[in-house]
Amino acid sequence: MIELNGRPLPTCPGCKLSKILAEFDPPGDGRGIAVAVDGEVIPWSEWTHFVVQDGARLELVRAVQGG
Amino acid sequence: MPTPDSEPLVIADRSFQTRVFLGTGGFRRLSDLEAAITVSGTDLVTVALRRIDSSADGGLLDVIRRTGCDVLPNTAGCYTARDAVITAKLAREAFATDWIKLEVIGDERTLLPDVAALLDAAEQLVDAGFTVLPFTTDDPIVARRLEAVGCAAVMPLGSPIGSGMGIRNPYNVALVVDAVTVPVVLDAGVGTASDAAMAMELGCDAVLCASAISRAHNPPAMASAIAGAVRCGRLARVAGRIPRRFYAEASTTTVGVPEFAQS
Repeated sequence: MIELNGRPLPTCPGCKLSKILAEFDPPGDGRGIAVAVDGEVIPWSEWTHFVVQDGARLELVRAVQGG
Repeated sequence: MPTPDSEPLVIADRSFQTRVFLGTGGFRRLSDLEAAITVSGTDLVTVALRRIDSSADGGLLDVIRRTGCDVLPNTAGCYTARDAVITAKLAREAFATDWIKLEVIGDERTLLPDVAALLDAAEQLVDAGFTVLPFTTDDPIVARRLEAVGCAAVMPLGSPIGSGMGIRNPYNVALVVDAVTVPVVLDAGVGTASDAAMAMELGCDAVLCASAISRAHNPPAMASAIAGAVRCGRLARVAGRIPRRFYAEASTTTVGVPEFAQS
């Protein structure tokens, strides 16, 4: 089990970040969105091989109006 | 009209066509945002970051791209240096820019900056290679400290975010202008065009506006008014205002005043 944007999410052992985020249909170049795992920002180029550990907390963000 | 101000605004390594930056917060319609960007002539607009499953507007980045503007991500909603630093790094990844409008808020009610945390975050981000534009108080000593840690500009408030209270302490804003060599961008508090003009007359290099435009009855019209006010205020600053005097000073010579015989 991991936590994604504050909600629990079941996941598989050894699951890659790209697989977890696939349902959000990220843009092909990763632009416009970004993710932090346990407070560390993971570059889009590393999503396909970054293994998300059980209990990890993910924050997935995108641009909104503000400032 | 002569324009003695031919110097473009330069922050870090970038020059700007206009001295108005636009915050995208508060626009009810993206079409109003797009019109405000176009009318104001701005080339830098702020965006925030929020969880992807929140009620975010789709198409915001498409609008910004269409106008040719660059994105200035902010760290709005951060109350600690740590959160602000992580948010800035997320923004760098999402938008491929190392520019960040740094906000570290100290109080929910006033949204005033926590300047100790702000300085901490600014230093960390400068060290990490960011071009840092901090939203700060109108304190010239804090502004000087922010410059000393390597911020590319300082952005003092005129009054609290979204308050529309204008520049509550013009004296302090003038002191900030005097205290630093980096550009000063008046950020927060502008309620209408005259506030923006005052900021420029006080010597600010640019004005960042969000609510004054986005929450106006007619946002594109207010964008036009504020852009005009910024131009006029800048021109007045460059032209040099007359000193204030307690008593009058005649503009007409007293020499040769006719003397009339008593009747």
